Amino acid sequence: MNFDFSDDQKLLQKTARDYLAEHSPLTVCREVLETDQPYAVELWKGAAEMGWQGAVIPEEFGGAGFGHLELAMIAEEVGRALAPIPFSSSVYFATEAILKAGSDAQKKKYLPALASGEAIGTFALAEKPGQSDVENVEARVSGGKLCGTKVPVPDGDVATFAVVAAQGDGGLSLYLVDLDTEGVSRESITSFDPSRSMARVEFSDASAELLGKPGEGAALVSHVLDRAAVLMAFEQLGAAQACFDDTIAFTQGRYAFGRPVASFQAIKHRLADMWCELELARSNAYYGAWALSNEEDELTVAACIARIQASEAFDDLAVEMVQMHGGVGYTWEYDCHLFYRRAKLLAAVLGTPAVWKHKLIDRIADAGED
Amino acid sequence: MDFNDTPEEATFRAEARAWLDANAELRRPDDRPADVLSERTSPEIIAASQAWQKKKADGGWACLTWPTEYGGRAATSIQNVIWGQEEARYRTPPNIFGIGTGMCGPTILTHGNDDQKAKWIPKLLSGEEIWCQLFSEPSAGSDLAGLRSTAVRDGDDWVVNGQKIWTTGAQFCDWGILVVRSDANVAKHSGLTYFVVDMHSPGVEIRPITQINRGQGFNEVFFTDVRIPDAHRISEVGNGWAVAITTLMNERASIGGGGGGSVNDLIRLAKSVEIDGRPAIEDSAVRQQIARFYTRIKGVKMTGNRTLSALSQGKTPGPEASLGKLVGAKVAQEMASFAIELQGAAGALDRDAAAQGGDWQGRYLAIPGLRIAGGTDEILRNIISERVLGLPPESRADKGIAFKDIPTGPPS
Repeated sequence: MNFDFSDDQKLLQKTARDYLAEHSPLTVCREVLETDQPYAVELWKGAAEMGWQGAVIPEEFGGAGFGHLELAMIAEEVGRALAPIPFSSSVYFATEAILKAGSDAQKKKYLPALASGEAIGTFALAEKPGQSDVENVEARVSGGKLCGTKVPVPDGDVATFAVVAAQGDGGLSLYLVDLDTEGVSRESITSFDPSRSMARVEFSDASAELLGKPGEGAALVSHVLDRAAVLMAFEQLGAAQACFDDTIAFTQGRYAFGRPVASFQAIKHRLADMWCELELARSNAYYGAWALSNEEDELTVAACIARIQASEAFDDLAVEMVQMHGGVGYTWEYDCHLFYRRAKLLAAVLGTPAVWKHKLIDRIADAGED
Repeated sequence: MDFNDTPEEATFRAEARAWLDANAELRRPDDRPADVLSERTSPEIIAASQAWQKKKADGGWACLTWPTEYGGRAATSIQNVIWGQEEARYRTPPNIFGIGTGMCGPTILTHGNDDQKAKWIPKLLSGEEIWCQLFSEPSAGSDLAGLRSTAVRDGDDWVVNGQKIWTTGAQFCDWGILVVRSDANVAKHSGLTYFVVDMHSPGVEIRPITQINRGQGFNEVFFTDVRIPDAHRISEVGNGWAVAITTLMNERASIGGGGGGSVNDLIRLAKSVEIDGRPAIEDSAVRQQIARFYTRIKGVKMTGNRTLSALSQGKTPGPEASLGKLVGAKVAQEMASFAIELQGAAGALDRDAAAQGGDWQGRYLAIPGLRIAGGTDEILRNIISERVLGLPPESRADKGIAFKDIPTGPPS
């Protein structure tokens, strides 16, 4: 039994943590939050120099050629730092989609640029409020031209291209669409967490190139979402851990009634429960990473439980972080709201826990798995 | 990252399996695990359990981690886990030695002198003698160090008076580990002494406790002028608390979150009952709940795998092992509650009259015990917050006060 990351993988994680501690303290997140800049451009370049965007891209396409276990370690650190960069859109979604379904020409065109950070990819599925599903996609491609509106598109205002789910001749399919091209208009829209940007993207006869086979869209979306869910679970885990560590430190340093707030059972016992939620999230995320890196049949089940627990744990911990800080937790000045916002944003962008719970039951109800 | 045995672990597993194949029969899918904690144990079960323990001892497969000089095989913790996983695949009698081999033995091996180890360990290991634990009292549960049974020195003996409670198997045990107060004039943790008591001694009276599920897995044990030779004292006079902690650490390592029923059973139930004319498994609220249970149960299991990985690397798991029982028992209770409500009005039935043979009703009545035994949920949260997270200890109203002066109720 070796259900743990290797020493080399932990060393890579440490390197990422140290780099981000220096280059992405929470002031960097806050700066993006408080200004018009959509993401931290210098940090994005620095991450590319560290090889993070290209972590799982093969060396022949300019990547580092690592596996998903290494990428999971990086994702955890990106989460811990609340790094305000389009990492998830470009790496967990666009890159995974192209690695899975891209032709050799498409890989040659996109992967080296993704690895170097010059290209930023995103994944455009949602079109309106409510649960985004392959069932309710109305965007349509005919004769290689895409029409429709995608909203919200994470990082859609800064991405150079998008992987778009749209109806085509053979049914729902995925398409690659360059966003700086004729027929695409896009605008930044207000994000619940302005340290991560959101956009409305309208396509009117924009050139769209098929990614994968016609009609393969539903299967590919499911494939990409499973993989992104595991990686996002690590990002959520890292952020939840940071949120927890800060709350522990604050409640130990804050005194009331002549003793540390953290000495009251009303607080201690909740912190113990929060720790349990965090550990469950870590364990389920590890299971997801194992399934992802080995391309296991269990990947969907593992992705579901990783996603569900990571989303719920980060959400719980961020809510408790604000509460346990008391009045200052409600101020703009303190960092609690950075976590509180990020937790909700990350729980929403990839299908809420409710969506993943349905998917999980679909998988286990007939499998007799236990 | 993988779930596989190392080559050494695989070799060990094969060795264990070979011995088990030659000495036991594989469990069948419809075998129901016997619940020793909730039923009065019959003489037949005791005899069968002793015979299996003896067989294991003769084969070198009892108490694997113990030193070879006492019949163990000086195995590693991960080997012990592998043995447990393998043994569980076979039809074996209910194990009545868990307290002896899991708690009493390790404590005596840690704190006992050579004479004591030679006197007790081999027969404990071979199952010839059965052991129980005499810690909790009616007024000392979570606050165990507040116990009031007394031991007074009299020549070469100690004379013990008082009452113990929640003693599993007391009615058929030969020896018990006992913590009592030897000095009420010092602070409460300092006045305790640890003994081994002969359960057949004059003055020991045992009465069964009937639980909320009508099971009788536990007893009250009354001590009236029971004489214990000083040679049966473990460690120094007044050092009983430190010895008891050793026992309790071993106890928490051995109580898991099991017995909660499976998500599979719950899905079968949800397919067999209807909501609004459709199978309940199609109902959105039902699906959300079952998915939540599944996610948490898997999380506990995967956390266990992380613990096993630490064991496999030769590390000693610490207080973080409290998570399994804290989360597992609560999920088990929620799941049983949900399953009963899924049955609608028929959820009000029990045993043979209820769906799935009343298993969920049975679990619902059994599980409160899991949340209390071996450290209540609340004590586990104290352990996690203080020993894992390093938060400040409780402020204690009894600190530094002689035991006899500690308040025991509202002022009169």
